[in-house]
Amino acid sequence: MSDSSSESDEATEQTALMDGHIAEARPDREVAERIARKRKTKSESQRSYGSVEQTEGGSGAATMSSTNATAAPVPTEIHMEELELKYGARHVIKLFVPVTLCMLVVVATISSINFYSVKDVYLAYTPFHEDSPHTGTKVWNALANSMILLCVIALLTVLLIVLYKKRCYKIIHGWLILSSLMLLFLFSYLYIEEALRAYNIPMDYITLVFVMWNFGVMGMIVIHWKGPLKLQQAYLIFIAALMALVFIKYLPEWTTWAVLAVISIWDLVAVLTPKGPLRILVETAQERNEPIFPALIYSSTVMYCLAATTPAAGGSPEAARADREPPVAGGSRDSGAGDGGFDAAWGARAQAAAGGAGGAGAPRRLRVDSTATHNYTTRVDRPQPAQPPPDNDEEKGVKLGLGDFIFYSVLVGKASSYGDWNTTLACFVAILIGLCLTLLLLAILKKALPALPISITFGLIFYFATRCVVKPFADALAAEQVFI
Amino acid sequence: MTLAEFFGCSLLAFGTPLVMFALTIANDPVRIIIMIVAAFGWLLSFLLSSLIWYAVVPLRSYLAFGMVFAIIFQELFRYGMYLLLRRTEAGLKEISENQDIGSNKMEMAYVSGLGFGTMSGAFALVNVLADSAGPGTLGLQGGTEYFFVTSAAMTLCMILLNTFWSVIFFSGLDDKKYSKDPEKKLHNSSSYNCLRMINFVPNHLQELSKIHLNQ
Repeated sequence: MSDSSSESDEATEQTALMDGHIAEARPDREVAERIARKRKTKSESQRSYGSVEQTEGGSGAATMSSTNATAAPVPTEIHMEELELKYGARHVIKLFVPVTLCMLVVVATISSINFYSVKDVYLAYTPFHEDSPHTGTKVWNALANSMILLCVIALLTVLLIVLYKKRCYKIIHGWLILSSLMLLFLFSYLYIEEALRAYNIPMDYITLVFVMWNFGVMGMIVIHWKGPLKLQQAYLIFIAALMALVFIKYLPEWTTWAVLAVISIWDLVAVLTPKGPLRILVETAQERNEPIFPALIYSSTVMYCLAATTPAAGGSPEAARADREPPVAGGSRDSGAGDGGFDAAWGARAQAAAGGAGGAGAPRRLRVDSTATHNYTTRVDRPQPAQPPPDNDEEKGVKLGLGDFIFYSVLVGKASSYGDWNTTLACFVAILIGLCLTLLLLAILKKALPALPISITFGLIFYFATRCVVKPFADALAAEQVFI
Repeated sequence: MTLAEFFGCSLLAFGTPLVMFALTIANDPVRIIIMIVAAFGWLLSFLLSSLIWYAVVPLRSYLAFGMVFAIIFQELFRYGMYLLLRRTEAGLKEISENQDIGSNKMEMAYVSGLGFGTMSGAFALVNVLADSAGPGTLGLQGGTEYFFVTSAAMTLCMILLNTFWSVIFFSGLDDKKYSKDPEKKLHNSSSYNCLRMINFVPNHLQELSKIHLNQ
């Protein structure tokens, strides 16, 4: 009964959308009605995306059926709201911990291994090296560099959308596997080498190869196939940290800051504008009821995709998680782009940049998965278990793109590379608060949000304020041993 | 030796807060969030006060000037935290898993006070600690060798004091009796101010001893 009514609701909604053609052009009252209806059926992000898809003439059948399957009886409405909020606090912490860990790895590396804070070579994407002593030249160098990077990112994102629309999954998977392969072997090797050098530890190549092989293969298995969740999360965090270190090492001084600012604006545009590339990506993924691509999006809960082994399981619980996106990240979106005319190392670096850029492009965003209603109703009855059973919990995870990890860590790591711990601390707290606010907005707006803008803005403000204004004051206070 | 000193000092300063955090706060997500928000509040207050200190160029060499503003802003933000927590009490109860959060009013005060204190302590000490680990020794050129230890101990004092101040402050604001009884209210706030002032006494003692040792 409720199914049929919601179906008719759905139909009117979609017709209205098709007529309106642009979602934002609807009159307010209709929007309110739609929201009310969405409340009823409880798969908000799915529906809103699904309905927009209709205007694009996509095959909406899958979405329709999935939303109808999750249609809720009206009385659970209030419980739903409460529960959605209830899960908030725990999820915030579930994101705080990995973000903190990632930053910790980066900061520890930056402050103990010299290699990553010394500037000698730069990425191919940043042709201007800020060598000039003039501030004006530096400014335009930094801006030009960041614009070039942004263009690369935008191009790759569009390329990805095209590939995804054409269902070239093999190519995308190939990229992902190649990129994580490179990160796990090449960059980990560089990292270990520099760490050994910094701590003056001798190690023979046989041991090193043994360790690297085990580490890398384990990582590939865990990320792309299956393994314990904790291990997978640890690998994802490590990959993000490595990528952040690469950015800190190979981007010129001021370009890093410019890139951070530009990326967060891009994030805002790409996720929130109606025709934003990332949004289109998400919509397409939802439309196809796509299970997530392995890796490169951090989830606080189980996120294994069966795509590699079983093709897009329609009836499985995975299919309910329709608001998954294809994360393309961490690696070689354009393995060919940087290669021409460069030696292997340059190619690798360029690839890394592209990968990082790609990572920046697609998966930066965060969301709470909407859940099938029966979960809510069952959960209303019993007290909150400390560790909900995984197959229920599975659909409630908060996801944060690895790109977010990378850029948060870049900010904090960059701040720590100047040797002032107050600045690092200030940036860290500011980013966490930004993340908190983003999650709060997520709880209110209930759709995919860019995670970078608020956090990075806070981080940048606090970085520059602390560096210019607070540090002298704090130093003076510390020198005089005045405690306030 | 420097490494031992580094660990000794950091544990002296942050050991107690760390244990307090681990035992009372870490297992409740909402408390962690409140603590981070409080830390952010302290950060904002410090930013504002250092902006004022920085902006008034002629008085920049007098730390007392900046200090007064720092304390004023700090207390303002403490009050802000109080307002924020009281306003969002219902919401916090909703998002927390433990339903009786906020049933004990002092709990919030304690958590936010610890956040305040930890941040202020961290800001006062991290750079000193970072120096303590590095190469070099203290006290070669007539400086006192107890510098690190005393500042670590002072930091611990400040962290705990900030916690207690928050508890007293919140309870003073919570207790409606006090607002009706002017004498008690006065007493409450004056005792609070006294506490605040006591803060300076050890500082001055320490500075005096430093000067003394230098000569």
